[in-house]
Amino acid sequence: MRSATSTAVGLGIVAVLLFPLYWMLNIALQPGSGLAALSAVPTDAGFGGFVAALRDQGGAMLTSLVVAFGAAALCLAISAPAAYALGRFRLPGMHLVLFGALVAQMVPDIVVANAVYNAYVDLHLVNSYLGLIPADAALGVPFVTVLMRAFMAGLPGEVLEAAMVDGANRFRTFISVVLPMCRNALITGGVFAFLFAWSDFLFALTLNTTDDVKPVTLGIYDYLGVDTTDWSAVMATAVLASLPAAVLLVFAQRHIVSGISGGSVK
Amino acid sequence: MTVRARSRLAKWAFLLPAIVYLAAFFGYPLINNVVMSFQHYTAATFFTGEAPFVGWANWRAVFADPVFGRAAVNTVLFTVGSLVGQFGIGLLLALYFRRNFPLSRLLRSLLLLPWLVPLVAAGMVWRQILDQEGGVLNEFLHATGLISQNIPWLSSPQVALLSVVLVNIWIGIPFNMVILYGGLQEIPSDLYEAGAIDGAGRWRTFRSITWPMLRPVVAVVLLLGFIATVKVLDIILVLTGGGPANSTESLSTQVFQNSFMNLDFGRGAVVGNVLMGACLVFAVIYLRTNRKEVS
Repeated sequence: MRSATSTAVGLGIVAVLLFPLYWMLNIALQPGSGLAALSAVPTDAGFGGFVAALRDQGGAMLTSLVVAFGAAALCLAISAPAAYALGRFRLPGMHLVLFGALVAQMVPDIVVANAVYNAYVDLHLVNSYLGLIPADAALGVPFVTVLMRAFMAGLPGEVLEAAMVDGANRFRTFISVVLPMCRNALITGGVFAFLFAWSDFLFALTLNTTDDVKPVTLGIYDYLGVDTTDWSAVMATAVLASLPAAVLLVFAQRHIVSGISGGSVK
Repeated sequence: MTVRARSRLAKWAFLLPAIVYLAAFFGYPLINNVVMSFQHYTAATFFTGEAPFVGWANWRAVFADPVFGRAAVNTVLFTVGSLVGQFGIGLLLALYFRRNFPLSRLLRSLLLLPWLVPLVAAGMVWRQILDQEGGVLNEFLHATGLISQNIPWLSSPQVALLSVVLVNIWIGIPFNMVILYGGLQEIPSDLYEAGAIDGAGRWRTFRSITWPMLRPVVAVVLLLGFIATVKVLDIILVLTGGGPANSTESLSTQVFQNSFMNLDFGRGAVVGNVLMGACLVFAVIYLRTNRKEVS
């Protein structure tokens, strides 16, 4: 096949597979028209849907941002030292921790929610940031630990030993030598932890019974319960909720691709 | 304390937060779900603090419920259907994009988008696309003359499960493609050169070089796909909520239904244990294929 033809076919494949996302944007840009009256291209694009989305769901977007950044930070704070230990130290019984991280990735979220909800009731953590952020961070901890471990294992040992010889203890070495060297791994892990928490719907749904802590995924889901006629606002919310993924794909594409393969095949 | 013991303690301190975390968010739920499945654990428990042990009552009730059987069968159909579709299309795309052509890199990364978008957002737009009256898929099929009557994609018990599988395939394609593409890149090119010298055709090359070399990656991608698919909940809740007439209930929607809708956490735990059991079987296989990682 000539390369121009290859590109054309490739464009066709992408167009078909991304059509639903295009349609999301298309509905969002046509406020006031029923589903059947939609035109395939938003020639009379209107931003009323986005205005309504920001008015109704702006608070939920903020909540999502707080929860996702909080969860990503917490996840890195837990996973980075663990990944360092797993990658560089030899301790008896340490392989059990790695084993635990691998098995944890297989535990269904709803099984976790079933037990954690009941614990949260006792601990008064239902309907609180203090409850949702650690739960959302848990979505990333096993994956990010395994992912960063491979990176930590590949660090040049001489540099780390030199730091230790200079009198820095293990914690100092970790903070001032190891972490700066792992910038890429930290970004990759952070991107995934952020996306996992941002997309979380299940923990938001099960660990909240009121609207006190309501991320945007829950805001979208709530539209199902009411008889909505203005789908443009719903789809505008969905577009806004998808924005971080799109932005990260543009700016951190390399990290996302290496993360997907690094976290699973090694 | 000896220097050696202190150094060892310092090393464990790096692992401690992660150990506590894994224990709290994964170990505790696993154990507690087993315990809860033998308790009468309902909304009343939150007020009285009492959850009396009831033996196998929850297990008997769940297994006697016809919806549970339906959910188990649906979970198998959903998982197998999704895996076949995701893997097949993912492999075809990986093979296609392996040949470098202008824009191939850009297009390949654009394809990741469906996998990165929140499932709830993706599910919401699919509801619009699959809407029986006015959904764009039916409109398109009408306009091209492929159907004369609208297909009730999400509102008919005969079709809904298929629709949910199709949407889940769409979500899983990027993940399969990326990992398989990575696997294809690892195959040394001199193998292909040798094949070309021997005059091997395209199909022959795939069968005797690509597929055997790709086998380990295929195993991993299928196992990870299984683990991700068998527990899918978001997408079903948004698309159909398990309906119509329980036709898209799965084990995970049944945990949700029992625990968080009927507030019977004991029964929810029973279904959760069954689901976890299925995951564990495949977890063992996964860890065996990945044994190098652990040792």
